[in-house]
Amino acid sequence: MFKQLKSITGGLMALCMPVAAMMAATNSVKAADPTEVRIMWYSDGNEGDVMRDLLDRFEKQNPDIKVTLDRVPYKTVVEQLPALLDSGQGPDLARVTDLGGLSRHYLDLRPHLKNAKYFDDNFASTLPWFRPATGNKDGIYGVMSQLALTLPLVNTTLFQQAGIPLPGPKATWDDWAKASKAVADKVKAPYPMAFDRSGHRISGMSISMGGKFIDDDKPALVDTGFKSAMKNLVDWHANGTMSKALWGSVGGTAYRGATEEFANAQVVFYMSGTWQFTQFAKTVAKNFEWQAVANPCGPAACTGMPGGAALVPIKATKNPQAVARVVEYFASEPVYEEYHARTLFLPAHAGLAKKGINYVTDDANVKKSLAIAVEQVAQTSPIAFKFQGYEHNRILFNAMISRVNQAISGEMSLDDAYTRMQADIVEGFAAKGIKLQ
Amino acid sequence: MSQNARPSPDAETPTAAQRFARGFGLAYTGLMRALEPPFAAIQKRVGIKGMAYVFVAPNMIIFSVFVALPMILNIWYALTGSNRLMIGERPYVGFDNFAALLDCKDYLDVNSCKQDRFWRAVHNSVLFVALQVTAMVALSLVTALILNGKLRARGFFRAVFFFPVLLSPVVVALIWKWILQRDGLLNALLLASGGERIAFLHDASWSFFWTVFVSVWAHMGFYALILLAGLQAIPADLYEAAEMDGTPKWRVFWRITVPLLLPTLLVVVILSLIRAVQAFDEIYVLTGGGPGTATQFIVQYIYETAFANQVHLLGLAAAASLLVAVVLMVLTLLQLRISYHGKTS
Repeated sequence: MFKQLKSITGGLMALCMPVAAMMAATNSVKAADPTEVRIMWYSDGNEGDVMRDLLDRFEKQNPDIKVTLDRVPYKTVVEQLPALLDSGQGPDLARVTDLGGLSRHYLDLRPHLKNAKYFDDNFASTLPWFRPATGNKDGIYGVMSQLALTLPLVNTTLFQQAGIPLPGPKATWDDWAKASKAVADKVKAPYPMAFDRSGHRISGMSISMGGKFIDDDKPALVDTGFKSAMKNLVDWHANGTMSKALWGSVGGTAYRGATEEFANAQVVFYMSGTWQFTQFAKTVAKNFEWQAVANPCGPAACTGMPGGAALVPIKATKNPQAVARVVEYFASEPVYEEYHARTLFLPAHAGLAKKGINYVTDDANVKKSLAIAVEQVAQTSPIAFKFQGYEHNRILFNAMISRVNQAISGEMSLDDAYTRMQADIVEGFAAKGIKLQ
Repeated sequence: MSQNARPSPDAETPTAAQRFARGFGLAYTGLMRALEPPFAAIQKRVGIKGMAYVFVAPNMIIFSVFVALPMILNIWYALTGSNRLMIGERPYVGFDNFAALLDCKDYLDVNSCKQDRFWRAVHNSVLFVALQVTAMVALSLVTALILNGKLRARGFFRAVFFFPVLLSPVVVALIWKWILQRDGLLNALLLASGGERIAFLHDASWSFFWTVFVSVWAHMGFYALILLAGLQAIPADLYEAAEMDGTPKWRVFWRITVPLLLPTLLVVVILSLIRAVQAFDEIYVLTGGGPGTATQFIVQYIYETAFANQVHLLGLAAAASLLVAVVLMVLTLLQLRISYHGKTS
């Protein structure tokens, strides 16, 4: 009996051994499988290619992590990512521009970073931009992948052809409007002035005119400065300084740039920002001369709006350690420097900003523009920095862009537009559970 | 063995089609045999009458998941507030969203409405539906009458008119955008002929006209085809009799064609009405709802309120979509009633 039991046990063990060996082999294969980190990434210029190149190097150095860069259009980040995040889905990391608006979905990387002090020392001015109101007060919720500044880009060849000198660095909005119209009339350019159709782009002008936007953490959109800026926009559309063909070709809060028109030498003065440099280096090439110029002045300031995009870790990630390693690699000084040198972006890294970046470009237009952009960052109004870091700034951007557009198209007066803007802001805050009245 | 008994080489090697048919037959038989035991067991349990529900179940599951559940969720969204997506995080607000949408001092003056954009979209949609459906039905009828006549290359022309229906709405919009934009084909022609450039897409009146025009151009072929089928169903002997009597052509049209085409014509009117209320894709790509809100229609309002704006007002959008659903339901019931009436009479 005992013998029989022994032989059965022996037989069972002999049968189990290959199975156990197979399971062990499977486990060892599983252990060797790299952890996947997915990044949702949009590009304005070549940054997707540069990032992929840098990530390839990261993967070689860290064979236990595989980074998938999901390249998507900007619209996907704006429209689909918020819904994904709300439903608890989404990537491990994302490149976003609504820094504060999505902040409740970000992961605090501080506990997972090897050297959190490095971030405190070098990204102190931008880290508050993506800290959620209810989050860790010194949390590290991401890193800027591009510091941007709104500023005008000017087709200097058209100025030369018209024989009109460029207005100086302290020129006012009015000076630029008149000069641009005069140039356009002379050289028959269809768009004297063009603004990206975005609340962010018109905010710099508003602050220059005396706009405050926020009062004690509450929205205070409509004031004298803001009204002056909006009146400018309506008047410029009425007198042909700005063409309705650009802003009028879309409705609601839809974004509309004038990159194509500028690259085709149809725009004299284009209010956009530093992120366009790479694109214009490629699309304009040597067809004509262009450059960034100092932000026009108003009675209160001569400022643009800071902004840009950040690489943010998403709270729902299952691999916070791996995500932290990717972010730490990207933010490390040599990698961050190379990324910015190749993408021609302004760095948000204090050390690099001080040291200066040796940008990889032979384009004289870009070199000149980058030098002016660096100067302009230093001249940016503190109100602009505060407004950019304001968690609810998108509600204000949306309200102003959609309503001023209705005033421009003649659907309502500017005064009615202001009333509607206020109502939209109250409605937007209410949807976020904040009562303003 | 005699030569006659030997099978011919053709009979020995079956063709590819025969092999496929044989293989398919075997696979089908195998599948049916495999399914028989479980279905027999189910039938034993639920009875022969219950089997109907078993067979309908897969379809009902798909319908429930992809149609009924989203409808119920939509109703729940309409009754809740906040910008949160997850149902559990949304506070119940009752009929507040409907009240906000309907809060108007004067429904004809959009500026007196709390949700002025909703009412602008409603006004635009009403005007669009009226103009588009009228133009659509009239032009479809004319086209169908011409295509039904003795026409050289009739088949070719039928295909030409139907071709835009096959195009994706986005393609249609992009083609017309290319034609109508500031530096587009039409303005180039105008300039070349010594005319002035016209702001086709950023002048409110022009852009509204073009949304109607493009929409009619894109869908007319479909309705013309339905009407053509209706025309061909009218017995030819009626026309022959009228011709023998020397009846004038306009009288033939009003006394024979129109009365006998009326049921088809009504179906076309209702279908194009429903389609016009739902207009979105090609107009969104063509004008983006602009300039201002001149070409923003109700479906675009719903889409932008729910998804395109930074703060997603899902409750408001859901409430607006339910109001549109009511309109569409009335139109659909009307169509069903007309179809039923047409069949019974």
